[in-house]
Amino acid sequence: MPEKHCLHATIAASALALALSAATASAQQPLPPPPTPETPRPVPPILQGYKPVTAERLKQPEDSDWLLYRRTYDGWGYSPLSQITTENVGRLKPVWTLQTGQIEGHQAPPIVNNGVMFVATPGNQVLAIDAKKGDLLWRFKRPIPEDILLLHPTSRGVGLLGDKVYFAAADAVLVALDAKTGKELWNAKVEDYTHGYYMSLAPLVADGKVMVGCSGGELGVRGFVAAFDAETGKPLWKTYTVPAPGEQGSETWPKGDQWKTGGGSVWITGAYDPTTNLAFWGTGNGGPWMGDQRPGDNLFTSSTIALDASTGNIKGYHQYHPNDSWDWDEVNPPILVDYQRDGRTVKGLVYVARDGYLWMLERTADKINFVDGKPFVKQNVFKGLDPKTGRPDVDPARQPGTGKKAEFCPSLWGGKDWPPAAYSPKTRLLYIPANDNLCGALMGDPVTYTPGQRFTGIAPANSIFSIAPGADHIGELQAWNLDTGQKVWSHPFANSQLWGPVLATAGGVLFMGGTNDRYFRAFDASSGKILWEFRTGSGVNGVPVSFQVDGKQYIAVQSGWGVDAARMQARLNLERPWEFPDVPQGGSVWVFAVD
Amino acid sequence: MGVGFTLAPRLALAQAEPARERPREGDLLVAVGATGAPEPLKPDDLALGSKQMFAWPIDPESNTVRDGSRLNRILLLRLDPESLDPVTKERAAEGAVAYSAICTHTGCDVIGWHADSQHLECPCHYSQYDPKAAAKVVSGPAPRPLPALPLRIADGRLVVAKPFTGRAGFQQV
Repeated sequence: MPEKHCLHATIAASALALALSAATASAQQPLPPPPTPETPRPVPPILQGYKPVTAERLKQPEDSDWLLYRRTYDGWGYSPLSQITTENVGRLKPVWTLQTGQIEGHQAPPIVNNGVMFVATPGNQVLAIDAKKGDLLWRFKRPIPEDILLLHPTSRGVGLLGDKVYFAAADAVLVALDAKTGKELWNAKVEDYTHGYYMSLAPLVADGKVMVGCSGGELGVRGFVAAFDAETGKPLWKTYTVPAPGEQGSETWPKGDQWKTGGGSVWITGAYDPTTNLAFWGTGNGGPWMGDQRPGDNLFTSSTIALDASTGNIKGYHQYHPNDSWDWDEVNPPILVDYQRDGRTVKGLVYVARDGYLWMLERTADKINFVDGKPFVKQNVFKGLDPKTGRPDVDPARQPGTGKKAEFCPSLWGGKDWPPAAYSPKTRLLYIPANDNLCGALMGDPVTYTPGQRFTGIAPANSIFSIAPGADHIGELQAWNLDTGQKVWSHPFANSQLWGPVLATAGGVLFMGGTNDRYFRAFDASSGKILWEFRTGSGVNGVPVSFQVDGKQYIAVQSGWGVDAARMQARLNLERPWEFPDVPQGGSVWVFAVD
Repeated sequence: MGVGFTLAPRLALAQAEPARERPREGDLLVAVGATGAPEPLKPDDLALGSKQMFAWPIDPESNTVRDGSRLNRILLLRLDPESLDPVTKERAAEGAVAYSAICTHTGCDVIGWHADSQHLECPCHYSQYDPKAAAKVVSGPAPRPLPALPLRIADGRLVVAKPFTGRAGFQQV
């Protein structure tokens, strides 16, 4: 029953009557929203002085800001702020916290521009907050259609340019908001949600454009990256990750119309190289899930693609594994960082793959070259890599198919799923939030495409999840030296999976949550030793950030367990009953500082 | 910018489109994906104890198949009437039971079936429902049962006896 006694005493009698009649008309109708003043809310002083985001600031951000999904276009996830150090991080304390009012996975980084924080949450919501004090400045909420099929109800953040905030709404609509008021300035339909397309990524703002892609790899989508004019929302180009007949790569889809539902979804923000104007995007697995139902290599699924931001043309690519049959999306962009190999400096792309390999590539103006690759978790599918091309030699016994069950490691969630790795130029280490010792088995059934319906060809009973015998840990934070290609340290988690994006800082401290015990932790970037930990109300799946206001450094992150972290937890509990705790849902933003 | 006000045009639209309206008393049922003229389903079209089949409601007056919203997808099963709990038995017609096919968690179609336990399963987050007991949640994250669609028989055909017992659809995040 609606809680009538909670209505505010000063509510107008007519509104109360309306609420009561709505409540009696149907017990399932929600109460109408409380009345709001008709006069526009005054713009708070901090927003009156909002600092416009320029193209130059996106390329060269002030140390105090976090303007992009990974702070910088190269995808490092690194803050040059250094007040918080290995010496003083033990004194880190909460400064403020704010409930988001939403359940499910809270994955977005708090984006911070000159003391104004923007947080995207599940439920098509964006919050603007005074980053220092925690005042809620405005709240935008867009209704989610009741008939949407939203397999991953989350958002991974907003993009900024000028006085605008860009939000990729779940119902596949790109929305531009006024940063000062939260009012919608324009929206642009990206795709049709009734056909399985939905969005969860943070838009990539570069070259005067807003670039997005769509989720829906389980629903028979054809993946793409689309660009819109940042000022007007006018569509500029749309590049499919699965080519139509006659387009580059179409020879890898030899059979009929399979390309129309071929997958290759795009659901993590790309990286960008301003010197070549190339945007690097990762793509999902092919659809349906079993490779034998779509013969060929299936370009450009499970790949990194380099798009010319001005035209959308594909200038280079690297496919990590052809003809995927394991649900291994490779949707993170590679990290752009140079490294040493055989006495030379490689202009590099470093990619931590769901397929369980750490890939070292080279970026040029018009091509991506393979350098080397090696497993970072238990991996039994690849017998090796072609030393020239990097093409994996797949063990046929480990490749499931239609009516053919095969067991494989890592599991369908991979050695690392979406949570981004981080790189610190101070340590020259790459930090990987891995899941080790997880395996699975799949077997496919033939499947017919129906728009908007599930199109994996996998019955629930034919998707099996397992923990490798003798496993002493699952989650593992790993540190790899890029120049030697060697693992330097690792921190295992015996009783938890790891769904924690990593933040590296110049103070020599890493920050990460992601475990099922609800802790948010600080690690020594050189040794992996835990220096500080704090328990939040839910599990921490958010991308942590660091920013500075009035000369003081802060750490911010969202707590809010859900989506795949929760899904894996349910599977782990089937394997080892009651060994994995119930993790309550409910999102909140946390900001910490040293006194 | 309240949710209720912005949704109003959508609701009005739904009322103006019979194909989007939820099943009504007196509607017949037709198989999803059937080709040719719609053939209303009979109890014997459902095999006892077999995996669920999927159906749309159809308005017998206008012959409008209500396939304009995926929230109208119905799953049908035929079970031993003696195995049903009293509430479910009341809603069943010759052992035929009908529920919303949309998982109440995140809205996937409930396509899984465990023949041994006779439980329905959603493929997305593995919620299980017991169709013999008003589709109560047996395991998984689903927050509430699948809404039931009470059935009766008329002229040998399955007929909707009452609207859904609850709101078809999933929890809003």
